[in-house]
Amino acid sequence: MRFSLSINGRIHHVDEDGQTPLLWVLRDTLKLTGTKYGCGVAQCGACTVHVDGQPMRSCSLALEAVSSAQIVTIEAVDGAETKAIQDAWVARDVPQCGFCQSGQVMSAVALLRAIPAPTDDDIDIAMSGNICRCATYNRIRAAIHDAAGRLGSGQS
Amino acid sequence: MIEASAPKRRFEMTRRKMILGGTLVGGAMVVGYTATHPMQVAGAIFQGGGPDPEPSAFGSFIRIAPDGWVTIVNKQQELGQGVHAGMAAMIAEELDADWDRVRVIDAHANFRAYGMQGPAGSNSIATNWDPMRNAGAAARAMFVAAAALRWGVPRKLIDVHNGVVSHPASKRSATFAELLADAARQTPPQQPALKQPKDYRLIGTDRVRRKDSLPKSTGAQIYAQDIQLPDMLVAMVAHSPRFGGRMAKFDPSDARKVKGVVDVFAIETGVAVVAESTFAARQGRDALRVEWDDSVAETRSTPELVRYYHETAARRTDLEPSDFHSKGKDAEVAFGPDAIEFAFDFPYLAHAPMETLDCVAQVSGWDVKIISGSHLATVDQVQAARAAATIPGRVDVEIVPAGGSFGRRGNLAADYLVECVRIAKRASGRPVKLIWTREDEMSSGLFRPMAHHRIWVELAPNGFPSRWRHHVVAQPLLPVGPNAQAVEGIAESPYLTAAEVIDGKIFSPNFPVPVAFWRSVGHSFNGMVMEHVVDQLARRVGRDPAAYRRAIYQRAGATRHLAVLDELCGKAAWGQPLEPGWAQGIAVHECFGTVVGQVAEVRLQDGRPVVRRVVAVVDCGIAVSPDQIAAQMESGIGFGLSAALYGAVTLRDGIVQETNFDTYPVVRMNEMPAIETYIIPSTNRPSGMGEPGVPPIAPAIANALLALTGSPTRSLPFLHGGAANAGFSNAGSANTSRI
Ligand code: FES
Ligand code: FES
Repeated sequence: MRFSLSINGRIHHVDEDGQTPLLWVLRDTLKLTGTKYGCGVAQCGACTVHVDGQPMRSCSLALEAVSSAQIVTIEAVDGAETKAIQDAWVARDVPQCGFCQSGQVMSAVALLRAIPAPTDDDIDIAMSGNICRCATYNRIRAAIHDAAGRLGSGQS
Repeated sequence: MIEASAPKRRFEMTRRKMILGGTLVGGAMVVGYTATHPMQVAGAIFQGGGPDPEPSAFGSFIRIAPDGWVTIVNKQQELGQGVHAGMAAMIAEELDADWDRVRVIDAHANFRAYGMQGPAGSNSIATNWDPMRNAGAAARAMFVAAAALRWGVPRKLIDVHNGVVSHPASKRSATFAELLADAARQTPPQQPALKQPKDYRLIGTDRVRRKDSLPKSTGAQIYAQDIQLPDMLVAMVAHSPRFGGRMAKFDPSDARKVKGVVDVFAIETGVAVVAESTFAARQGRDALRVEWDDSVAETRSTPELVRYYHETAARRTDLEPSDFHSKGKDAEVAFGPDAIEFAFDFPYLAHAPMETLDCVAQVSGWDVKIISGSHLATVDQVQAARAAATIPGRVDVEIVPAGGSFGRRGNLAADYLVECVRIAKRASGRPVKLIWTREDEMSSGLFRPMAHHRIWVELAPNGFPSRWRHHVVAQPLLPVGPNAQAVEGIAESPYLTAAEVIDGKIFSPNFPVPVAFWRSVGHSFNGMVMEHVVDQLARRVGRDPAAYRRAIYQRAGATRHLAVLDELCGKAAWGQPLEPGWAQGIAVHECFGTVVGQVAEVRLQDGRPVVRRVVAVVDCGIAVSPDQIAAQMESGIGFGLSAALYGAVTLRDGIVQETNFDTYPVVRMNEMPAIETYIIPSTNRPSGMGEPGVPPIAPAIANALLALTGSPTRSLPFLHGGAANAGFSNAGSANTSRI
């Protein structure tokens, strides 16, 4: 079936089974490989993208369910929060193997957009869907606070 | 891009290299580096075992561009452990390069140029400490020689700093870029002078930072999973659900009907489905009907295996042990009824790296091209050659960063890579990307072995162990040899040093469940055993666990353990009471030459241990990259905590029950303790950091629980199937200790 998808601000026409997970449309059809496969069952968050602004697990979203949504991936996520998050990630050397980090960044950006100055509890709630097997959690937490601080003080 | 490599080009490059610096002697690049390892000689016979590196006057590991940027060629695999930064820092320090103008690229597999490639036993920094420093120092000497010639001044009055060569007396200076052509013509010294640690400007400072944080924060880093090539196919394989099972017959008709499926065929390890896309391969595999022959497969369940281990340790099976450590007369019989007895059970563990197993292979005639997060690149190259019936010299292994490994990608059989080559052989020259799903990865075996320990200790009147009997039951990791990995961390423990009688026996059962290296290997359970036993002994004789350890370390002359312990007690405020309900637990363990001590602050909430803070102290020799040492400590604690709290792979009728993160939970953000890392200053050679942070966390928690409840821990994980104290074995505990 043909679907028209809005991804990263552009309309893409894809001809796939409507049950195909969005993740594989992104990775295989559109070659947007920044979004990762880690579990396939909405457990790990490596596949997190923004669907109408919400962080969602693309491995568990059927193509037909998102055909009228605005989808943003790690390749195109932008704005002040994204810059602050990515700068903070680099400043603290958050990544290790890095494989989870696209998903972590997508969840963290969504968190800062919803809650500009998150508490540790807010971070726990927003980020616990994203597994990091390298256990970079403490640096992620610190980097989110850094980014929030920088955005709050207006120097982004 | 996968292309058949042209052997002729290799000869041309080799000749150019010789012209450039005369640096090719006896088949090895010799800027601070000589081929002595027999494997390297073998590699030379195989014509380098892969494409030669780009020629550089500064040797295999260093390239300097006309703009002065230094490119470090990293021969080890970046698995997340930060080896890029460590390797680059060792070279940049001796080269006196400008760290901000140093980049790192990954080498292809090549024996002759790089020697053995493969991080194991946290060896990357330790084993490359000399070669990398030599390479940097030799290149520096070439710049010094060039400047001395140009300015007509003695070499010893020339200084190099941040990529600038200077002669302070005449106030002349030149950048690497300006001197490059002259420097490249100099002969590299065979034994360049190396700096004293006190003169380090980069090593040991917080300027040593990762070089890959930006691409890994923006989704730009490419892993094997992300490789896209023209004409590429994607493969998945249906494996036997039981270890040792074989495919009896299969019906591909429904799989072939799936849109996008290109081919379905049997291979040695099951049935391969080859498709135009990952999802089509997945659907095709789901549509397969396969019958498995389980006649030689493992069909037991975990409780049966646990019982078998217990029977074996009690010498009630016909499995004969071998001695791993024996001291004193009549070690076999010298243990009387006063011996204190301990028993532990440990489950199989999966590695669950964030990137599942995957690989890209293309086979064109004799030539094989691999793109992989290749952990043991040298082994992978040889195994790929075997699978393709070619020689390693015709296999180009392009190493890309891996989304974790924790040992899983570093197995000697190179299981997933060999499988990918076998499929690619049948793909008419098209590149094939093999993807294992999370379920494939977790149920594929090569687990951290199950283990059962039984220990009997007799105390001398002074309260310290005088006799120690230790029986371990664990499958061997290697096909030959003494199963040394299963007992590492026991025989050399300071707790055994003063004992007069030691009877260490290892029982090594063999059955079809494959086992392999898992981050910290045997230390992953032996740290728990030794540290939890010693805490129980301390309590039994009424001594503070830290003071008891201190006394033993003093008697054993374990000075590094002592220093770590003392620093740890200070930083963690050991012995200061915490709020009601909280307790501290301590553990100190040496792993691959690195001593790590940890104090965990723990409470029980609804029967579940909660860890809020861990103070960690490490002696890993010279700290090349302090920030990455802290990162690896955090990582090791998080990884060890996942295993301690939840980690267990169990079998029911031979079938793995935990196949994804819903049934094999791991620590998430909300469970991660705060961690402080302190590094003992040292001028010793550096030792590794990728693994030694793992072993102490489980016993530190167990020891805190012991302090809280008085009850010892007899098996890991602390929680299984979400239930507190359920025990992974369901076989009843071999609890004979009363402490
Ligand atoms: S791949 Fe989607 S949550 Fe793991
Ligand atoms: S950085 Fe490796 S999984 Fe998160």
